[in-house]
Amino acid sequence: MVAEPSGHPEQRARPVVEAEGLVRTFGGRRAVDGVSLFLRGGECLALFGPNGVGKTTLLRLLAGLLAPTAGTCLVGGVSLRADGGRTARSRVGLISHASMLYSALTARENVEFAARMYGLRRPAEAAMRALQAMRVADRAETPVRALSRGLQQRVSIARAIVHQPLLLLCDEPYTGLDEVGSAALTDALGERRAHGAALLLVTHNLAEGLALATHAAIMRRGRFVRFEERGAVDGASYASAYRELVTADV
Amino acid sequence: MSEATFTRPVATDDAPQLPGLLRATWLVARKDLAIEFRTRTAFFSALVFALLGLTIFYFAWDPTAVAAIDLAPGVLWVIFTFSGLLGLQRSFGVEQADRAMDALLAAPVEREAIYLGKAVANFLFVAGVQVIAIPAVALFYNVPLGSIWLSLSGIALLAALGIVAVGTLFSAMAVNTRLAELLLPMLSLPFFVPIVMAAAQTTSRLLAGRPEAEAWPWLRILLGFDLVFVLACAIAFPYTLDE
Repeated sequence: MVAEPSGHPEQRARPVVEAEGLVRTFGGRRAVDGVSLFLRGGECLALFGPNGVGKTTLLRLLAGLLAPTAGTCLVGGVSLRADGGRTARSRVGLISHASMLYSALTARENVEFAARMYGLRRPAEAAMRALQAMRVADRAETPVRALSRGLQQRVSIARAIVHQPLLLLCDEPYTGLDEVGSAALTDALGERRAHGAALLLVTHNLAEGLALATHAAIMRRGRFVRFEERGAVDGASYASAYRELVTADV
Repeated sequence: MSEATFTRPVATDDAPQLPGLLRATWLVARKDLAIEFRTRTAFFSALVFALLGLTIFYFAWDPTAVAAIDLAPGVLWVIFTFSGLLGLQRSFGVEQADRAMDALLAAPVEREAIYLGKAVANFLFVAGVQVIAIPAVALFYNVPLGSIWLSLSGIALLAALGIVAVGTLFSAMAVNTRLAELLLPMLSLPFFVPIVMAAAQTTSRLLAGRPEAEAWPWLRILLGFDLVFVLACAIAFPYTLDE
């Protein structure tokens, strides 16, 4: 079930992401080529595109994992370049298809480590809350290596949301999740939006993306070639337009 | 909505306080030590390697040709250098599996804290190997350490610091390459030469009962190396992370 944005209107209206002319080159190749993006609290951008068009690179730029070759990006009004990006990064949560967990540590230890790294005052409590939100608290003391792929993904999501990020960057977050895990993730994303967070969801599944989105975009050769509000998008025609754009590159 | 209430507390005393350099360094080091404590693979590998190395050197040694007191310092520091590499190899290896490094880099801590945290964990790892390897050398070669154990401990810690400072940086550089296991020794060993030389020369003078003044020039090299490379590697580390 998707929670509708219901936080304080002022909180939801706050700009969360303000990216202007982001460029990232690798060698001579422009992986991200002049992307501008503006998202407010409560909004969710579903980002589609074939492999290798720069979606993940864009996410890594917004997460502060990569420095842009050109352009600026503010998260919650703070530049990713200010104070080494620490303040801006503290407002971002990153969910990926890779678990980003330490297999020798337990689920709780992994999430608690993240909570401490984000400076939470009560890391143990926060970790348990996040694990409960992802419905995996009963496996809190299990080493991650002993968990199934789906449960690892749930722990990974708990790690990403433990600090209640203002911006959640999700790269194929539903990968490996069963029905319970998917529902827990959808609820957690909905709740974050309800409290003024913005989401950027990268997925190949149009239906899944459009179900959550307030905006939809298609990326090709490092640029947004389509960007529109969800209300203006018709699922069937969007799917055929997407297929056309994807096959045009083949 | 989700099962648990999952809202950030609004009370100001509950507001997050981003960890400073020292706190973040300790968090990273503690995490690495916890992983090593759970798995114990690298520590036992390094220890077994050190003891096997000592045994091989022992059986290859002709006591009638070379005195134990002349051979032991070289053996000690060569063994120590190579066993230390095993720990350094693992340092960033644990971050590669499942891309845990991404989560570490996305955290709101200074990049230098990641390097320093890794270096602290590696230092304790290497020091742990030394605690067993040094008495083992004394036992194998029957060299008296009783009177010099304090000075030798100081040299061992200084040598460990230099090896860890350089090795941690190169471990971060090598881990993303396909030949990481080969590249780390190739990059690190040339830089370890001054450390091994200074440590071996100082140890041999101490074991021979020479005046301390004779060891000072070598000790100064060791101190200088540590000072320069700890600072230089901490500053250089963030640049190794850029893709």
